[in-house]
Amino acid sequence: MKRTYIATFVILAALFIGAVLLPGQRTEITGTISSGEKPTIAVADMHGTGAAEQYMDVFNKTLWDELAYSGQIKLAPKTSYPLQLPQQANDFKPPVMFSDWTRPPVSANYLAFGYAGVQDNQILLFGNFYNIGQPNVQSAQVIANRYYGALSSDGARKVAREFAADILRQLGIASLSGTKIFFVSDRTAKALGDAEIWSMDYDGSNQRQLTRYGTSSREPAVSADGKLFAFRTQVRGPAWNIRIHTTDTIRNQPFFNPVSSVIQTPEFTPDGKHILFVESIDGWAQLVMADIDGGNLHRISNVKAIETSPRVNPKTGNDLLFISGRSGHQQLWRMNLDGTDREMLTSGVGDVANPSWSPDGHHIAFCWTRGYEPGNFNIFIMDIADKVPIQLTSNSGRNENPWWAPDGVHLVFSSMRGRVTQIYSMLADGTSIRQLTTQGNNTQPVWAKGIE
Amino acid sequence: MRMNTRTLSAAVFAATLFIAAAGCKKKVAAAPPPPPAPKVEAPPPPPPKAQPPRIDTFAAEPGSIERGQSSTLRWSVANATTMSIDQGVGAVQANGTRQVNPGNSTTYTLTARGAGGMDTRSVTVTVNAPPPPPPPPAAPKPTISSAEILSREAQDIYFDYDMSDLRADAVRAATANAELLKRIFGQDSRFTVVIEGNCDERGSAEYNLGLGDRRATALKDFYVQQGLPADRIKTISYGKEKPVCTDANEACYQKNRHDHMAPGQ
Repeated sequence: MKRTYIATFVILAALFIGAVLLPGQRTEITGTISSGEKPTIAVADMHGTGAAEQYMDVFNKTLWDELAYSGQIKLAPKTSYPLQLPQQANDFKPPVMFSDWTRPPVSANYLAFGYAGVQDNQILLFGNFYNIGQPNVQSAQVIANRYYGALSSDGARKVAREFAADILRQLGIASLSGTKIFFVSDRTAKALGDAEIWSMDYDGSNQRQLTRYGTSSREPAVSADGKLFAFRTQVRGPAWNIRIHTTDTIRNQPFFNPVSSVIQTPEFTPDGKHILFVESIDGWAQLVMADIDGGNLHRISNVKAIETSPRVNPKTGNDLLFISGRSGHQQLWRMNLDGTDREMLTSGVGDVANPSWSPDGHHIAFCWTRGYEPGNFNIFIMDIADKVPIQLTSNSGRNENPWWAPDGVHLVFSSMRGRVTQIYSMLADGTSIRQLTTQGNNTQPVWAKGIE
Repeated sequence: MRMNTRTLSAAVFAATLFIAAAGCKKKVAAAPPPPPAPKVEAPPPPPPKAQPPRIDTFAAEPGSIERGQSSTLRWSVANATTMSIDQGVGAVQANGTRQVNPGNSTTYTLTARGAGGMDTRSVTVTVNAPPPPPPPPAAPKPTISSAEILSREAQDIYFDYDMSDLRADAVRAATANAELLKRIFGQDSRFTVVIEGNCDERGSAEYNLGLGDRRATALKDFYVQQGLPADRIKTISYGKEKPVCTDANEACYQKNRHDHMAPGQ
């Protein structure tokens, strides 16, 4: 893996020295899913020698799915490809070179190709990625790497994911590889209402139980550096507490909780120095803020209305989204951390819940019952500049808890279809929906960068 | 054989007489023989003397009982013609057993009579008073009984959708609850109660935690208005996370929109 990165950096450096900006490469990711020009990529099916061949169907499908799932490229359909597929650099010969791929019907900007062999009882993939707008192999070559994996379907998937991640990285597209989704699951609950905090990879693999309190532990929040997660849990008393754990060794960090009939929705500030959460003050759930250990507690809302779900702008660290009933129905609001510049972002109808910021702070996601019966939430996004809500889900159960992925173009959310709630991911235009969980009920996903 | 001996004796006697007669003929006649000695008869044996009655054993097993229990009398008598035990037992055989249930300590006397006299022996069955009854069980600790009273008598308080004020039926139930709490608090100075606020599933999880808090607080405020001490009434909101049912219909929604009271810890 390290070798792969080094090789990649060398190529990147060479590209930048030549001041070549890849066509279609974007610096602004969010909000360009349904508009703007996407690079077109052709992905030639690859074959393997000997024992590798039996795993190449899995490899080809995984590579295609991973690239498609990024949502930020256009994949040229395989039925349009030439009959002779290239496997290595010297398969391209003048005068034809890349023209079979650049001309209609393929009309690709880039081409992925290669082949696999077996070395030391491992799959060895020679993966190539060319910018075929260039005149020759030397200038076209963006990636020419070796990828190793176990001689198995899992190994083929791993190799395909690594190759796809490298391709996306070269195009300036953030990979979700290494990111973690924290969520709440009742799959081990012994009593109705009990739940624990879990984590999984971006594609639903590697699901892992993080807490074992045997009570109700919910509402995970992850610090910007990925090292801490906070959550609400029930303790003896009975009472609610906020607890903070490290994400690596699951150590409990000290946190001084107020005594309150409600403590909920913890949120780290981007600098990791403070925590916002909700406690009941005089019978009203109110927003409060404290140091990371619970000290210096002070309220940041003071109104006879239920207010929940403080979410601090990850870019500025100065303003926050929150849900408030101060105008009547639960609506989405924004204000500065000092309480100034308060504004309602939704129209006042229906109920709103679960605000989430995109990583660049330009977009927000939330769920809303606008146009539906009470409780029938759907996922909406909004550009904070124009405040026009865009509905992403409809007629597919009760959809809540949207959370932006670190790549800024995916969302994870929970959906109750029938009487069971599961976690799904999708692109921020509502397409490419993938179900990530299957066991028990799973809710409140939070998509975090991995620990760097 | 006896006949033969008598025959021989008669012959010897006759021969003796012949010899003596022949000798007299020759000589002068001899003196007459002495009369035979009178035959002495042995006196008749005395009539056998009668043996006196004898009581070999007379025992009570066990000799000491609790009131209500029984003891077994066991006896063995020799040389007696009639045997009886007093205290209502009456005539008995020479060997036997009899179960007795005396209400108090009692001495039983066995009398044996016969031609040779009589014999008596007594045995006492001691009846102990039963042990005193165990002391009545200690009164259960007030907290347990208070918790039981609460769970038996306290009524859940139900709410309208998205509301936290007490309806008319809720006020009636809460008034009865307040009287109940006064009684419990009065008899149990350490008892505290927790009001658990709950919601139906329709709002968001986060909002429902706030709404459940409103509902618990509304009931606590009512109790405090009724004169109950605020510091002995705690509140917690479970929002929609501890439902009593999970059906998606109004009947179930109404069951879940409620305050429940539980003993504090």
